[in-house]
Amino acid sequence: MTDLGAMYIGAGLAAIGVGLAALGVGNVFGSFLEGALRNPGAADGQQGRLFIGFAASELLGLIAFVVAILILFVVK
Amino acid sequence: MSAGKIDPMEQFKVEPVLGGHLNLFGYDVSFTNSALFMVVVFMLLAVFMAGGLKRQLVPGRWQVAAEDAVSFIDNMVTVNIGSGGKKFAPYIFSLFFFILFANLVGVLPLAILPGLHTFAVTSHITVTAVLAFLSFGIVLVVGFATHGLKFFSLFVPHGAPAWLMPVIIPVEFVSFMVRPFSLGLRLFVAMTAGHILLEVFGSFVVQGLNAGGPLGGVVSLLSFAMIVGVSALELLVCAIQAYVFALLTSLYLHDAVHLH
Repeated sequence: MTDLGAMYIGAGLAAIGVGLAALGVGNVFGSFLEGALRNPGAADGQQGRLFIGFAASELLGLIAFVVAILILFVVK
Repeated sequence: MSAGKIDPMEQFKVEPVLGGHLNLFGYDVSFTNSALFMVVVFMLLAVFMAGGLKRQLVPGRWQVAAEDAVSFIDNMVTVNIGSGGKKFAPYIFSLFFFILFANLVGVLPLAILPGLHTFAVTSHITVTAVLAFLSFGIVLVVGFATHGLKFFSLFVPHGAPAWLMPVIIPVEFVSFMVRPFSLGLRLFVAMTAGHILLEVFGSFVVQGLNAGGPLGGVVSLLSFAMIVGVSALELLVCAIQAYVFALLTSLYLHDAVHLH
C-alpha cells in the first residue's frame, strides 16, 4: 500500500468518530424531547442544559473531524 | 489533493485586499480580507444598534428588534450567572452578536456575483481562539479579584470524599484549563466544516455540468438541492454556535463569580 493510500484510509477511519458523535447529539435531543413531551411546562427552563449537553457531545465529533483534516492536509 | 479538483480549502485563504503586503517591524500588517470582513461585521452591528436606539415611547419594528436582542442577552446573563451578572451583559452581548453576524455574513451566497466572495471570519482558529482566551482571561481576573486564593477551591467539588481528592483535583484542573481550547475549537471547526461541505457540493454541481449528459445533469441538480438544504442547516448552526459560545462563557463566569 502506498503512503497516500494509507493516509486516505486513516482519514476515513478518523471520520467514523463524526458519525458516532451524531449518535450522541441525537441522543441529547431525543431524550430532551421525550422529557419535554411528558412535562411541557418544565421544558423551557431546561434549554440552557440542552445546549450544554449538545455542545459537549458535538465537540467530540468536531475533534474527530479535525483529526481527519489534519491527516489529509497537514501530515506530509 | 489529486486530479485537479476544486480545492475546498482555498476559500479560507487570508490575503491582502488593497495593494500588496505591508511590513512593519518585520510583521505582516497588511489589511486582509479577514480584517475587511471584521470591519463589515462591526459596521452591520453598529448600524443595527444605532437604528434601534431611538427611545420612542411607541417603538417601531427596528427598535423592538434591538430591544429584544438586548433583553435576550440580559435574560441569558441573569439566568446563568445569577446575582452580580448584570455587569457582564455588555461583554456577552458583544461576543454573541459579533459571532452571530460574522457567521451569517460568512454564509451569504454573494459569490454568484463575480469578484465578490464573503469571508467567514470565525472559520479561522486565530480569531476564535482570541475570543475564547479573552473569555478565559476575564474568568481568571474576575475569579481571583473576588475570591483571592479561595478561587482554587473551584477544583474541589462539594461532597466528594477526601480519599478521592488526589484523583479529582487533577481531573478538575485539566478540565478547567482545556476550556478556552474547546471553546475556540468548537466554533472554528463547526464553521469550517460547513463551508467545506458547501464547497464540495458546489464542485459537484460544476463537475456534473462539465461532464454533460443526462447523468451529469441529474448529479448537478441533486447537488444543488443539497446545497440549498445544507445552507438552511448552516443558518441554524450559525445561530446555535454563537448561542453556545455566549452560554458557555456566561457559565464559566458563573463559576468565577459564585464558585460552583
